[in-house]
Amino acid sequence: MMAGTLLEVSGVTKRFGGFTALDGVDFSVRPGERVGLIGPNGSGKSTLVNCITGTLRNEEGSIRFEGQDICGYAAHRRIRLGLARSFQIPKPFTSMSVLDNLCVPLLFAARKHEKFAPGRVVEEAMHILGQVGLESKARAMSGGLTQVDMRKLELARAMAAKPKLLISDEAMAGLSASEVDEILALLSGLKERGVAVIMIEHVMRAVMKFSERIAVLVAGRKIADGDPQSVVGNADVIKAYLGE
Amino acid sequence: MSNRAFAAIAFAVAIAIAAASQLIGNEYFFVAAYTVLQFVILATAWNILGGYTGYVNFGSASFFAVGAYTSVALYNAFKAPLPVVIVAGTVTAGLVGLGVGYLTLRLRGVFFAIATLALSVVLYTFVVNWDYVGGARGAYIILPREGPFGLSRYIHLLYIAMVLMAAFALVIARAIETSTLGRGLAAIRDDELAAECSGVPTLRLKIFSTMVSCALMGMAGTTLPYFISYIEPSSAFSLSYAVNSIAMPLIGGMMSWMGPLIGAVLLGSVQQLVQVTVSSAWNLLIVGVLLVLFVTLAPNGIMGWVYAWRRRKER
Repeated sequence: MMAGTLLEVSGVTKRFGGFTALDGVDFSVRPGERVGLIGPNGSGKSTLVNCITGTLRNEEGSIRFEGQDICGYAAHRRIRLGLARSFQIPKPFTSMSVLDNLCVPLLFAARKHEKFAPGRVVEEAMHILGQVGLESKARAMSGGLTQVDMRKLELARAMAAKPKLLISDEAMAGLSASEVDEILALLSGLKERGVAVIMIEHVMRAVMKFSERIAVLVAGRKIADGDPQSVVGNADVIKAYLGE
Repeated sequence: MSNRAFAAIAFAVAIAIAAASQLIGNEYFFVAAYTVLQFVILATAWNILGGYTGYVNFGSASFFAVGAYTSVALYNAFKAPLPVVIVAGTVTAGLVGLGVGYLTLRLRGVFFAIATLALSVVLYTFVVNWDYVGGARGAYIILPREGPFGLSRYIHLLYIAMVLMAAFALVIARAIETSTLGRGLAAIRDDELAAECSGVPTLRLKIFSTMVSCALMGMAGTTLPYFISYIEPSSAFSLSYAVNSIAMPLIGGMMSWMGPLIGAVLLGSVQQLVQVTVSSAWNLLIVGVLLVLFVTLAPNGIMGWVYAWRRRKER
C-alpha cells in the first residue's frame, strides 16, 4: 500500500447476474484530497460507491481504508471508521426534525471515534446546520423541505458522521446554477477541515472547479485518472462521452 | 423525566390502582380489567417492533402462547409458583423472539410480516402435537379458590400481577423510546439504508427490539392458563390477540408509549362492554370497523390528533 493513502480500492469487481457492473477497478484517495468521479449513466459510479461504503459487497478485489481491509465490514462499521456518504436521491428520516436527522449519525457514528458528551450532540448538530445554512429550519420536519434543502440535509447528515472521507453522490443533479454554487462552497469548506471528498457529478463546471484529480469510469472500467485538464483532453474520455 | 422517575410513578400508580380496586365488590370487574390490561401489554409490546421499528408482526398470538404454554409446562412439572412462571415465560418468549429475529429480519416489509404469520402456524402445530402440555385436548390448571396474602379470590392476585406487568411494559417501552436506541429504531423505520449509512447497526437493533417485543408478549401470556384455568391451543393462539395487538396501537398512535395504552384501554373497554351488553360475537367486528374508521380519518391515531393540535397551538 502506498504511504499516505486514505482509501485504496484495488481490482474491485461487482457482478449482477451476468452483468459486470465493475470490472477490476483500481482507485485511491489521499487524506484531504478532492477527487471527481465522472462517467456516463450506468458506468458503475454508484455501484463503486455502494461497494466502498458496504451497501453492496464486491465479489473480487480489496478495499482498504487507512490500511485496514474493510471488505467484510457491514456498512455501519465502515461509517464509524470515518467513511460517510450522501445519497443521490435524498433519504431523510421523515418522522424526525432536521435537527434530529443529524443527531442519528452524531450518536451512532461520530461518537465512536470522536468522544464528546451526549449533552453536546444538539450543540454539535446546530453547528453543522449552521455550516450548511439550515439552522433556521432545525425544528422543521425533514419531509417538508425543498429539494435543495434536502440535498443540504443529505450532506449535513454525512458531515455529522465526522468522516475522514465523504462521498457525495450527485448532490447537484437538477439544481440551478446558484444552488450548485452553494453546494460547491459547502463541499470546498470540508477541505479546510482535512476531509477528503469524492464527488460524483454530471455537472462538469462543478467537477472541474472542485477536483484536484478526476477519475473516469466507463462501462465498469476506469479509463482515465489524473489532473482535470489532461483528463478532459483525453481522447478515450471524449470518445466515451461524445462517440466517434 | 428520567426513566427512574417514570418507573417510580408508573409503579406507584399501578399499586394505587390495584389497592383501590380491592374496594370493588363486583367480581366481573376483575375479569374485564384483567383482559384490558393484558391487551395493554400486548399492544405496548407490539408497538416496540411495529411502531418504533416499523416491522409488522402478525404473530403476536404465538409469542403470547409461548408465554402461556411455558406456564403450563412449569405447572405440570413442579406446580411452579406464579413469579417463577412469569419470569420463565418472559425469558422463553424473548429467546424465541431472538431466534425468529435472527432468521427473519433480513426480510423487509411485507415479507417479514408473512414470515411471522408462518411462524404462528409452526408454533401452533408444535403445541397441538406436544402431549405434555395437553396437545389438542388442552390442559387444566387447578387453582385454589382463595388467593394468598388474604386476597378473597385468586383472580385478585392475577389482576394485581397484570397491573404490575402492564406498568413494567410501559416503563420498558418508554425507556426504549426516549433512549439513543429508540432514535436508532426510528431511523430504521424511516429509511433502513440511510440508517445503516449513518452508523446505526440496523440488524442488531432490529433483533434486540424483536426480542424485547416478544418477551413482553410472552409475559402477558404467562398468567393466561391461571386466568382461564383450562387452556387449549386454539384459544391461546386466538386471532383476537394478533388482531387486537395491531389494532390498538394503530388506533391509539404508534409514535409514543401512550398510543398503545390509550388504544388498548379504549378498544379493550368497548369490547368488554359489548361482550356484556350485546354479544361476544361482535368483538372482532367492532375492531374491524374502528380500524377502518381510524385508518381513513386519523391515520396517526389518537396521539396523532394530539400532536397536530399541539403543533397548531404552538404556531
